[in-house]
Amino acid sequence: MRKNQEEINEIQNIEIELLLEALYRRYGYDFRDYSRAHVKRRILNRLASSQLKTISNLQGKMLYDKQYFESLIRDLSINVTEMFRDPAFYRLIRKEVIPVLKTYPFLKIWHAGCATGEEVYSFAIILKEEGLYNRTQIYATDFNRDVIETARRGIYSIENIKNYTAKYQKAGGKFSFSDYYLAKYDSAILNQSLKANIVFAEHNLVTDSVFAEVNMVVCRNVLIYFNRDLQNKVLKLFDDSLIKGGFLGLGTKETIMFSNIASKYTCINPKEKIFKKKIS
Amino acid sequence: MQYKAVVIGSSAGGLNALKSVLPLIPAGFPAAIFVVQHISPDSDNYMARFLNQRSKIHVKEADDKEKIEVGTAYIAPPNYHLLVEEDFTLSLSVDEKINYSRPSIDITFETAAYAYGSQLVGIVLTGANTDGAFGLLTIKNYGGYTIVQQPSEAESSIMPSEAIRLVKPHKILKLNDLVMKLLEPGFILPK
Ligand SMILES: C[S@@+](CC[C@H](N)C(=O)[O-])C[C@H]1O[C@@H](n2cnc3c(N)ncnc32)[C@H](O)[C@@H]1O
Repeated sequence: MRKNQEEINEIQNIEIELLLEALYRRYGYDFRDYSRAHVKRRILNRLASSQLKTISNLQGKMLYDKQYFESLIRDLSINVTEMFRDPAFYRLIRKEVIPVLKTYPFLKIWHAGCATGEEVYSFAIILKEEGLYNRTQIYATDFNRDVIETARRGIYSIENIKNYTAKYQKAGGKFSFSDYYLAKYDSAILNQSLKANIVFAEHNLVTDSVFAEVNMVVCRNVLIYFNRDLQNKVLKLFDDSLIKGGFLGLGTKETIMFSNIASKYTCINPKEKIFKKKIS
Repeated sequence: MQYKAVVIGSSAGGLNALKSVLPLIPAGFPAAIFVVQHISPDSDNYMARFLNQRSKIHVKEADDKEKIEVGTAYIAPPNYHLLVEEDFTLSLSVDEKINYSRPSIDITFETAAYAYGSQLVGIVLTGANTDGAFGLLTIKNYGGYTIVQQPSEAESSIMPSEAIRLVKPHKILKLNDLVMKLLEPGFILPK
């Protein structure tokens, strides 16, 4: 008998829970507390474009076939990013955060969920222009190995450069954006000197622990993919790695307001979501 | 069937259309409304403020992980997709653009269909692209009620025409009649 869509929906929800459990137990990637609507949409899209009939079939294939598992991970991890996304964020960093960072002899900054690296290099440019780069150690992490590789290379499509140039200027850029890359065929190769103090590494925010004590954590547009519980857990991880007086920079639509760490921070700007850890 | 939520998608000409729809919804309307209007990624929350000033229901930009309340219209923020969770909260995402759009109507329609199933009303209004048609089809497949704005009345008829072609919606209505339908006694599940 043909099942109605509501019954199917109920069954699919069970299947998705089982698939996420299987994914975690077999491969160690934990998506159980990601936004369920996001995960479901991605899995249903993958199912629709495959020959498989049900999510249960998809689970079986994923368990036995490592390559299939990897394509599933790519579906679930959204790596969309750009340089100087939200220029107002970077302007505020220059105005409110840099002056404080300048008071330290040596700095560590952690970019968590850095995707293909555009955000990290944007930050590096700001640090350079503010004369801070040479005393900064940047850790740039993501749980997706492929994007870390791309980030390490620092070569991007020339198509985006016009947009990035405009954004660089809006972000308060002091020079010409073309100072920072070499155009070759259809690529823009970022200057080697931007990479000197960046360490790229694989790190999973859900399952790995703190690895350094830092002056600033930048984690933008990653928490929106998590449910409230997981957001809370990951914010605790950031709190554990931030020194007192350190800064936390989130995406425009992310906040610490509903988390357990809220009371330990002051909000520097309600619109751009930069928080400062209180001294006491 | 009694419905619990309404999801509206619009593009070119949409702000005018929304301005003729939302202000007619009475305070205490017992359903939640989700609105996806294509908008430039650099805009601020002007649209939500503008519509809120003119409406009796509360109109606001959607926040991530916000709990859904009836009698409120949630607008998808510029440059973010809006997803409806099955625990009746909202999520935002920065996934690729779909149909060249972020926010995309299809994403919100699809996830709202997962969450509300047959208790959802989907509405496609004016627009110059084809976003929303596929999402509206999903709503219909989940047993929801589908309405498309009369293309001849729409500022841009492409989006409604495509939705009509793909979905064969329950009703094709002018904006005024569409509001009348939503306000018909017993159409929306009373609170
Ligand atoms: C939408 S991108 C954001 C990129 C950049 N921060 C920005 O705002 O432009 C989200 C990134 O988070 C990463 N991510 C998702 N879950 C993660 C996890 N558990 N641990 C580490 N990174 C994760 C994804 O691989 C992806 O690269």
